[in-house]
Amino acid sequence: MIELGTQSDIKLINEDGLRIDGRKFNELRPIRIEVGVLNRADGSAYIEWGGNKVLVAVYGPREAFPKHTQNPSRAIINARYNMAAFSVDERKRPGPDRRAVEISKVIGEALECAVFTEQFPRTSIDVYIEVLQADAGTRIAGLTAASVALVDAGIPMKDLVVGCASGKIDGKVVLDLNKEEDNFGQADLPMAIIPRTQEIVLLQMDGNMTRDELEEAVELSKKAAMYISDLQKEALLAKYKASESEKEGERSE
Amino acid sequence: MRRKVSEVSKSADEIVYGLKREYLEKICAEGSRIDGRKFDEIRTAVVNTNFVPRAEGSAEVRLGDTRVLVGIKIEQGEPFPDTPNSGILTTNAELLPMASPTFESGPPSEDAIELARVVDRGIRESKMIDLDKLVIKEGEKVWVVFIDMHILDYDGNLIDACSLGAVAALLEAKVPASKIGAEDFPLPINHIPINVTFAKIGNTLLADPNLEEEEVASARLSVATNENGDVVAMQKGLGGSITKEELFSAVDTSIKVGKDIRKRVLGK
Repeated sequence: MIELGTQSDIKLINEDGLRIDGRKFNELRPIRIEVGVLNRADGSAYIEWGGNKVLVAVYGPREAFPKHTQNPSRAIINARYNMAAFSVDERKRPGPDRRAVEISKVIGEALECAVFTEQFPRTSIDVYIEVLQADAGTRIAGLTAASVALVDAGIPMKDLVVGCASGKIDGKVVLDLNKEEDNFGQADLPMAIIPRTQEIVLLQMDGNMTRDELEEAVELSKKAAMYISDLQKEALLAKYKASESEKEGERSE
Repeated sequence: MRRKVSEVSKSADEIVYGLKREYLEKICAEGSRIDGRKFDEIRTAVVNTNFVPRAEGSAEVRLGDTRVLVGIKIEQGEPFPDTPNSGILTTNAELLPMASPTFESGPPSEDAIELARVVDRGIRESKMIDLDKLVIKEGEKVWVVFIDMHILDYDGNLIDACSLGAVAALLEAKVPASKIGAEDFPLPINHIPINVTFAKIGNTLLADPNLEEEEVASARLSVATNENGDVVAMQKGLGGSITKEELFSAVDTSIKVGKDIRKRVLGK
């Protein structure tokens, strides 16, 4: 456990260039994605990303309610990012705070870039993101799982939205900050893309970076996102392979 | 089947919106903007500080026809348990119903929350204010700086108008230390962050969009930089995307425009 202190007393990168959890500057934390984990939801996914555990459910397209929120030419995407009270060190008061409202907004906007919303006028596509345990990078973990859950719900999309944060610690640009690095680092840049077109669909940044560092960070995030995109597809394939072999089993009985 | 009036007018709005978007995309592709500005040109910015002398600092900003008023109040309070040696900064935005027919009274909307958080991020992350110098008694009492932003008249780009107003008001603000028997002192300032926001129309990024441009934009990007040309905060908004090239052209313009605003508008 790291004691509270100012940025300067904490070394986040050691002499060998390794980070406090032993990773190299461009190394991701372990990621595991599972599809179709909830029964009632139209689509669902679960992601473990380092210490993050995030569950996502998708409902819809269904009639948007209240009625005045309906858009006559397309579906609205209603994303709700929520952190469980027990997901962080100090209990978080339940319910949406200002941070959650903002994160929900940017996640919804990022998904809107990929979903063919014009195919479902007057409906809403509801995306519920529950952070069960938080370890920095929850909005991107949630968004990455959300786009898998949308596919699981059969919603047509340009491509799977996928992302990864990068940042700056001890003056060096690194990929995928963990909690200590996020708390005591100098910059954080959550970013998500549509792999097929390389468009940036979510981008936020806080801290301090020169233009060159920013360019390095965007490149690192992009490369990582392309890799995670493969994990998303593998997770989706695994679900259908599993249901295929179940059927096989039934037939042979 | 007869359609309800509200549905008809909603569809009519959609048609007008479509026409507006087509027109603006067309003129942007031809290299011009609806009000004749260059793509990287901001509207005339006028800052009028000390508008509310009862506040510890204040600034009225007119950015084209957008008008906002930012007030700073500084009061004593308890520090957060995890930062006992640091003052507190808190930012709030009010989209007053007087400012636009689309603003409603009631609890803060998603847009108001995002606005306040983006402005806050630019000021906080640039370390504009030295919060460590706002401690009265370690772990017990610190100065709390409240930034309250009132939108009076809405003609687009509230993020930049509010950021500029907040920065101008903070630069003028005095900590009311005479209330605790010391002398009033100006807020300890380290940096001056400037936010520049872009709207994407078609494949063009427009700096400081007015309302008509903002309404048809597919994406929005805000980039805050400090006086060294470092990027201190960014936020992409709306349901469209941007390319990497657009991102870095926005960063370059933001650095350039930021320098100009610091010098010409704030005199720094």
